[in-house]
Amino acid sequence: MNLSLVDVGFWLCAVVSVVAGALVFYVDSMARATYALAVSFVAVGVALLLMGQAYMGVIVILMMVMEMAVMAVYMVMFMGMNPALMPMSMVHSHRSSIAAGVGTFLLLGAGAVLVPWPTRRGAPTGDVTSALGEAIMESHMIVMIAMGPVMVATIVAGVVLSSHRTRYDRLGDDLDRRPADDPQPGGVGR
Amino acid sequence: MTLETVLLVASALIAVGVYGALSQQVVVMVMMGLELMINGVILAAGGLWWFLAPDPSGQVLLLVVIAAMTVEMAMGFAVATLLHRQAGHDMTDMAAELHG
Repeated sequence: MNLSLVDVGFWLCAVVSVVAGALVFYVDSMARATYALAVSFVAVGVALLLMGQAYMGVIVILMMVMEMAVMAVYMVMFMGMNPALMPMSMVHSHRSSIAAGVGTFLLLGAGAVLVPWPTRRGAPTGDVTSALGEAIMESHMIVMIAMGPVMVATIVAGVVLSSHRTRYDRLGDDLDRRPADDPQPGGVGR
Repeated sequence: MTLETVLLVASALIAVGVYGALSQQVVVMVMMGLELMINGVILAAGGLWWFLAPDPSGQVLLLVVIAAMTVEMAMGFAVATLLHRQAGHDMTDMAAELHG
């Protein structure tokens, strides 16, 4: 059995991603859990790079590192504890969750091993990234067109859900309440 | 590196994510479980693309999966912020009632 460099790299990424993923729920603090999840994502990103997907691999790594940074800030803001120092073990339905996880792995793993996968059809083009760029700007543009409104809706919904007090809280649903309902009276009387 | 091994690793990631999403009490940790599941889906989709049909359409699907993950993350943080603001909850068990 001869292992190529790509094989060694893939197995390294595989072990790192799964072990780091498991550590997310094992380590003692949320900050460490966040870092473990970031490591798991970076390992998957490198595995994508090994499978010839330069753009996807880089985008996964960059996005996930930023996302975990946001998550760390979020925890400091809301979790009401020092996330680096506070030990925690907050689980419920532990046994049934383990059973569900093992069952999921056995089911999906059996599918991965037992399904007679077809052989590869076609070969990757020389420049995968520019081929993807052409696809999303030409033949598959509808996907990007559909994704745009979804992203805008997410931004609007995120702001609506998470904003503290908006003009509707002050002025009522029809914006006609006078004087405005402010926690502290005052202002310019509008 | 074969398709089977890639899918097995992806299965392991999804299984760990299922465990986390079901067992954790803190809302953010539940979201980490969901993220881990999507991580596995990304790896599986990347493996299927590389080993079965390496044309650009599959990569467009991967882009959609990654976009879905950002939407999940943004909405999850927004709902968690709302829960914290309305009732001071940061655990799933505390948020048994849906009305604010």
